[in-house]
Amino acid sequence: MTVAAAAQPSAVAARFSPGWISQLLQRYILHIVVIGLTVGWTLPTIGLLVSSFRPFALTKTSGWWTVLTPLQFTFQNYTDVLAQSNLGQAFFNSFMVSIPATVIPVTIGAFAAYAFAWMKFPARNWIFLALVGLLAVPLQLTFIPVLSFYVNQLHWTTSNLEATGIPGLPWVPLWLAHAGYGLPFSIYLLANFFRALPSDLFESAEIDGAGTLTVFFRIILPLSVPAIASLVIFQFLWVWNDLLVALIYVGGAPEVAPLTVNLADLTTSLGQGSNLLTSAAFFSMVVPLIVFLSLQRYFVRGILAGSVKG
Amino acid sequence: MSSVTYDHVVKRYTADVTVVKDLNVDIKDKEFMVLVGPSGCGKSTALRMLAGLETITEGQIRIGDRVVNNVAAKDRDIAMVFQSYALYPHMSVFDNMAFPLQMAHMKKDEIDRRVKNASKILGLDPFLKRKPRALSGGQRQRVALGRAIVRSPKVFLLDEPLSNLDAKLRGQTRIELQKLHRELETTFIYVTHDQVEAMTMGDRIAIMNAGILQQVGTPGDVYDHPANLFVAGFIGTPTMNFVPVTTTDSTAKASGFEARLPQSVPAGKRTLGFRPEALTDKPSADGSTLNMKVDVVERLGSDQYLYGQVGSDQVTARVDPRMKVAPGDTAQLGLDTRSIHLFDAETEAAFF
Amino acid sequence: MDFSVLLQDIPTLLVVILGVPAILAAYIVGGEFLVRRLPDKNRPQVRPWIWVGPALILVTGYLLLPALGTIQQSFQNNEGVWVGFNNYASQFADFPTGGAWIAIRNNVIFWLIFYTLFTLAFGLVLAVLFDRVRYESAVKSLIFMPMAISSVALGIIWIFMYSYAPPGETQIGTLNAIVTFFHHDPVVWLQDQWPSENFNLLNNLALIGAAIWGITGFAMVILSAALKGIPGELLEAARVDGAGEFTVFQRVIFPLMMPTIVVVGTTLVIFALKAFDVVYVMTSGNYNTDVLAFRMYHQLYTAGNNGHASAVAVILLIAVVPVLIFNLRQFRAVEARR
Repeated sequence: MTVAAAAQPSAVAARFSPGWISQLLQRYILHIVVIGLTVGWTLPTIGLLVSSFRPFALTKTSGWWTVLTPLQFTFQNYTDVLAQSNLGQAFFNSFMVSIPATVIPVTIGAFAAYAFAWMKFPARNWIFLALVGLLAVPLQLTFIPVLSFYVNQLHWTTSNLEATGIPGLPWVPLWLAHAGYGLPFSIYLLANFFRALPSDLFESAEIDGAGTLTVFFRIILPLSVPAIASLVIFQFLWVWNDLLVALIYVGGAPEVAPLTVNLADLTTSLGQGSNLLTSAAFFSMVVPLIVFLSLQRYFVRGILAGSVKG
Repeated sequence: MSSVTYDHVVKRYTADVTVVKDLNVDIKDKEFMVLVGPSGCGKSTALRMLAGLETITEGQIRIGDRVVNNVAAKDRDIAMVFQSYALYPHMSVFDNMAFPLQMAHMKKDEIDRRVKNASKILGLDPFLKRKPRALSGGQRQRVALGRAIVRSPKVFLLDEPLSNLDAKLRGQTRIELQKLHRELETTFIYVTHDQVEAMTMGDRIAIMNAGILQQVGTPGDVYDHPANLFVAGFIGTPTMNFVPVTTTDSTAKASGFEARLPQSVPAGKRTLGFRPEALTDKPSADGSTLNMKVDVVERLGSDQYLYGQVGSDQVTARVDPRMKVAPGDTAQLGLDTRSIHLFDAETEAAFF
Repeated sequence: MDFSVLLQDIPTLLVVILGVPAILAAYIVGGEFLVRRLPDKNRPQVRPWIWVGPALILVTGYLLLPALGTIQQSFQNNEGVWVGFNNYASQFADFPTGGAWIAIRNNVIFWLIFYTLFTLAFGLVLAVLFDRVRYESAVKSLIFMPMAISSVALGIIWIFMYSYAPPGETQIGTLNAIVTFFHHDPVVWLQDQWPSENFNLLNNLALIGAAIWGITGFAMVILSAALKGIPGELLEAARVDGAGEFTVFQRVIFPLMMPTIVVVGTTLVIFALKAFDVVYVMTSGNYNTDVLAFRMYHQLYTAGNNGHASAVAVILLIAVVPVLIFNLRQFRAVEARR
């Protein structure tokens, strides 16, 4: 968890009106409100977390807030879910889905972004605009034709691909789909960042005799590490947490289903009357939470979409 | 030979946007030439055309005898120092300076030698391993210079290199640049909007305005014999006084005084120009005397400036600091008619 | 769990992680060599297309063409026969409860208004309040955290929050515990048709509330950045001029943040129109909580009706496009100001 970072005292002070009494009063009320809101906000998550450690029988008869009186604590739910469902496999599958689905659009996007940022070609601006426009297209609009192409033209069904015996092949349709879906954002974020690099850096490189490849690999990429990191994290989390695209292109078979699909299955098949749901839910949250909390800075940068300077 | 010639060079963006109009300048080998003018006058564009960063719409640019219009920037054998230095932030000082040599596929020990040499000249030895963000503005500028020096180019191009430095550093760096020029014995082409830099640093100055070259000459030439009203008003601080006059033969009649002209001119409406230092508190030999109603007095210790009105014209005078004047007084000032200029009211060209 | 099976997949993973960038780099470098064989003049004409090529192909293949294909399919039935606007007609049949009308009502009235406004309001208030405390980063992390989890996990968290037990029994859901604490009967949050079946605001709001919880961090982060972009001196000047804190917010901060608020707001509108996950996980569209994206999924997978599904998808697209255009315009205006 990131520790409270530095807010310059002068900036904080500048935001308070003069008059020490009103200042003091504001401070108290302010802190109460802020902390209250935050606690209230985390309550749902805490509720579930606590529930996952309570014996199942108790969760059906009393609220999670009674957990301390008397102390109720058990790992049973977690051991059960790991044993009964395919959670472990799904956990692994999520990595098999998320990592390539991040690597592919980021690399393709980086090359394209450089062209959009620093090369001139006809209709460049229009194509870029179209790309940005595609960001808002509901993915649902694309499923049927792509799926039908996969199944009818390429015969890429999960069972067919599994039958080839090549490990990992069943996920290829999903990787490519995520790459296609993830490219608009990747290109948008990186192109904006590349464009913001000072132009005289490139002019100087031009005079120094650097060609396109040198400029890209030796100047742009090293300087773009923060932006690329943001993109990688953003895309990774997006894919890891995605339910719909995985559902459509890979389905729920345990050998291929990632955590989200697996979890959704649990919800519908077992419903609320199950001790597995809470622990499964938290199990699925572990990786994103770790990534998020340790690399939050980059994630936020991703949200601010390349417009953050430095 | 590393002379540079602009031969009828034009830079046009669209039909109605011509940034450089018919530029003709001959820059001599080893000369320190300053291109100076207000913002937007085309000086930077002229420099960038020479660098190869802008295409040339019409005309020729030659380096030595070689026409470089269609030669790529990296093959022109020039080096450029940018206003913002354009240092590669992720590379050390050494790597920044080595980069152009790596691009030229130079051998590693040759690169090493050149970088260390440049570093020595510029006093960068203690900083070679640092990254640009760990350097001060002045140090960064020297790295930018170093990156240019290592290439041993035929021509150095400098685009407003001092504008990002504070006043004190600017003064020091001006001197260092002039020393560097003498040491390297290479052509320097220097762009600035600051006429003080131009006057102090240039062997010759080329003054531009609105894309048109106004005058080329040594600082002395340009100061004492401005070719037109613009040059006269651009060079020199405080600015030259301009007073509308009507001339008849050798007399110029202003609203508040009459001046004797050193030569005879056709009759008509003209502009008379004289610098503040052409006014003294001693009466003039030929009777050209100005009665100034003084508005503001500025005492700088070594100088005294009077701002006021002569007739209906605003005039600035630089007088002896010991002269006793107060705002509201009427001062009698003599005009040294040997150093006056006369400009045509329409064409603004100088008669003398 | 059979570990050996899992381990078999690892080589493929490595091949992809290392291979894809390598192949791509080789493609670019190879392309550059070919480009260098061209005359100088032609190089900058050909080169860009090599660099954008793979991206354009993928995007065209996975986004553009399928979108067009779906639009085409919305005019056909399952056998591929042209049926004109029939699929659309069936979406708009039987107003107000038939066809897609419930979904349209939910998206356009409930989601669009409440999701957007509440998220904006929360995001703005949190951004402004947190700006004034030293532990800003920590609390922001907590508010932002729901964005890191999957919508399924989010759905599960809130299913438990909304848990219902009949009156008289112990409530295990947090919200009902609070409600009964105030001596009110427990509420079946996800199902109740309150105030009426034709206008079941309550259970839709329950879903929307869960979604808001998940997205407020997003709005807060962007609005916070905009807030910090306001020069401190403007606020100081206002205070020196005698403005109280609330007036400063109302007359200085809020107007200056307006462009960003509009961008965030329109982005949220687009999200509201596209809402799917929360509905899928928590109610499966039942109890009159249907939304267009879910309806499309249902038509495709449960009803097996491609034509209908495509029509719904196109309706969704038509709803989103005007907002998108507006959003893009606003975004460019904000960027231009930087």
